[in-house]
Amino acid sequence: MRYGERGVSLEVDLSTGNIEKVETPLEWTELFLGGLGINAKLMWDRVGPEVEPFSPDNILIFSSGLLVGTPAFGANRTIITSISPQTLYLGFSMSGGHWAAQLKLAGYDRIVVKGRAPHLVYLWINDDKVEIRDARHLKGKSTYETMELIREELRDPRVEILAIGLAGENRVYFASIETYRGSASRLGLGAIMGDKNLKAIAVKGSKPLNIYKPEPFVKECEKIRDYIIYRLNNPIKGVPPILAYIGSPQEMKIYDEQWHLENFAWGHARVRRKGVWTKEIEERFAQAQKSAIKKFVGCYNCPIGCAATLALPGMPSYILKCYSKLTYLMAAMVDDLEFGLRIAARAQHYGVDGFTAPQVMAFAVELYENGILTDQDMPGFPSDPQERFFWLLDRIVRREGIGDVLAKGVYWAAREIGRGAEKFDHNTTKKHEQMTIKLGMLNPIYFLMYATGEKGNITQIEGQIPQAPLPPEYKEEFVRDWPQVPTGKEERFKQFILEWGEGDKVFPFYPPPDLCCELVEWQEIMHYIDDCTGICAGLSSFPIKPPYHIHNLPLLISYATGIEMSEEDLWTAATRVRNLVRAINIRRGLRRDEEKPPEDHWKKRFPEYEQELLTTYYRYRGWNEEGIPTKETLEKLKLDFVAEDFIKRGILKE
Amino acid sequence: MKKKVKVLKIDLDKCVGCRACEVICSAFHAAPKYSIASPEFSRIRVFRDELRGTFVPVKGSFYTKAECPSRVLYFQNETPLSDWKREAYVVCSMCGAACPSRDLFKEPGTGLPLKCDMCENDPPLEEPMCVKWCFVDAITHEEFEEEVKEEVEFSELDMAIEALIDRYGWEKVSDAFGRMLFSKMGEEGL
Repeated sequence: MRYGERGVSLEVDLSTGNIEKVETPLEWTELFLGGLGINAKLMWDRVGPEVEPFSPDNILIFSSGLLVGTPAFGANRTIITSISPQTLYLGFSMSGGHWAAQLKLAGYDRIVVKGRAPHLVYLWINDDKVEIRDARHLKGKSTYETMELIREELRDPRVEILAIGLAGENRVYFASIETYRGSASRLGLGAIMGDKNLKAIAVKGSKPLNIYKPEPFVKECEKIRDYIIYRLNNPIKGVPPILAYIGSPQEMKIYDEQWHLENFAWGHARVRRKGVWTKEIEERFAQAQKSAIKKFVGCYNCPIGCAATLALPGMPSYILKCYSKLTYLMAAMVDDLEFGLRIAARAQHYGVDGFTAPQVMAFAVELYENGILTDQDMPGFPSDPQERFFWLLDRIVRREGIGDVLAKGVYWAAREIGRGAEKFDHNTTKKHEQMTIKLGMLNPIYFLMYATGEKGNITQIEGQIPQAPLPPEYKEEFVRDWPQVPTGKEERFKQFILEWGEGDKVFPFYPPPDLCCELVEWQEIMHYIDDCTGICAGLSSFPIKPPYHIHNLPLLISYATGIEMSEEDLWTAATRVRNLVRAINIRRGLRRDEEKPPEDHWKKRFPEYEQELLTTYYRYRGWNEEGIPTKETLEKLKLDFVAEDFIKRGILKE
Repeated sequence: MKKKVKVLKIDLDKCVGCRACEVICSAFHAAPKYSIASPEFSRIRVFRDELRGTFVPVKGSFYTKAECPSRVLYFQNETPLSDWKREAYVVCSMCGAACPSRDLFKEPGTGLPLKCDMCENDPPLEEPMCVKWCFVDAITHEEFEEEVKEEVEFSELDMAIEALIDRYGWEKVSDAFGRMLFSKMGEEGL
């Protein structure tokens, strides 16, 4: 018997209509945990470097995490994996909500989809009953319309659904996969779903999930709950409000947007507007947000309720995700939250990434203003900045006119448009749009994370430590109560908090390269653990001082699954997954020359020192000068099969 | 006779529809305790309509073999909601009955009714688990003394047997019970 997980994948071949239940070895769980880890193993085994994203041979995996469906708070994430049409590397994108838990309760850890259906279909999974159903009547329907129509068709409001909208159907490179409260947005996995003619996956489960050591497991959950309550009532001092709590308060609960509006760049990641957060704008934004919110909404088994159902006059209802309430308005240079909420409504119904889409549209506006795109390319392009964004969005998701090119994201669009458009592609790394920052001094920690991150998205790697030195008066208190630090690193990391910002201990040469590596590793590893367990980053890897950490996560995994796991074992497993993800990308061509943050992220750059940082990090990780995990590293991590493949392909020498 | 009575209080404004109450309720009532988790086994259920922003936690209250007559009345009223939604969200969304018209508050597999016991069995808890787990206080509980008539209180087991009788008839259930009793006595050499 398996505990905490099912040990079963549902394998669906849409070309033939074949559906199978396939057992996964327990050894895989020990080695790769679950979620992203086993997804990566499957991707490595089945999708060679020659497979194109839009090919029936590309697989699309919808996975729950190892702890999803257990009583662990916030263990509810869906981890979706495929080859990204945009980066051509491994694309993995996560979503909160209720879907993954239902999948687990139906008796499956994940669904592996291959092939391409002859026409639009959706999957309906009700415990042991799995059907591929006609979805031609759902063609062109929005994400939320699709979910509502499927619930109606199945006559059951408890069915959970993942769906694509028009953007996914039309293979927009930044199409998302949406669920009611959650959205797997990054890296265009919605386009892969569209390419497979898969409109949605509906699931409902009623099979009880077994826990190996039930009483100790629930005792740990009680401690987690107590800590959540404590943290919600005791914000961390000396950091901006969005970093002071847990969950994702930036989504809907907090009205103070100073952090984002003043620190992140507006337009096409160009202008930083210090002082924009005035009393007047604060009142307007708070008013717009309050009047739009109908109800706060939570993910499965987490009462915090970070998101909210929004209803704006004349717009269909939707549940806003993450900081997309600001991304559109900042990209459009519109100081009006209502515009941000309105366009996000349409965008989520179309199913596009609220992070990339605004940047692509701002890029188009920039090209137009610089005469690279003209009225000939964009007949009828409005002059009002708000209308422009709606105009572009409508065309991108339908792939009409210029929208057909822009649908590929900034990197590919710039090259296709030519005429100097490449020069305006200034904010992508590995062909993917990055955080819109324009800061002064090089940040060596973030430099490494942008350069070497495999996820394409900084917010999916960062966490644990404050993003700037704490004010001196809060430092002592901060380090006094900091149980989250990994064993053996206590003194070092506490020292870092205390001395960072004092005297000459400032960027770019502080923290020194070796300490940067350790801090980056910690941040990364915690995220990789979450991506495997399915615990929400908002309770774990993203916040400072989270309720889940490296000391209690191994316990929870052991109690849930019966697999003995120490802190060190878990760290190693996450490192293994991190290396396997990298190996997939290395096999697809990733090398050192692509590992660089956008050039204008920081005004003051230090090319030589940056290369020293990168080399130090590669060595720290056990990678060679090109960023390729060495044979020794791979073997130590029990990734011998990767080493063998690398040698066979000549990627590594014997 | 005076008796201490606990009731759940629901604050609909605070409920975010997360189902943490369902998760922990199903785990708490499992045997062995917490060994499984599955909302379909829960004695509290949350009616959810995300896009309307409606979340209504309802506890399993009683068993009935008949369908509610008022459903007919509800369906006569014209509202813009389609019938299935009215059935799922409107008509039944405040009702905790285990009844023939839906699969809520019935144990998957056996179909036996699931009733909230305020976590007062085996061993009784000060605070019901759903209240403990709902740390945003959408579900709280109150305790007060109440004058109650002296009457036989139906236990969960009574309710289960009643449901079996309704399904199979008196005769079959008592036959089965008799057979089991005799075989048990045989095993133990009585």
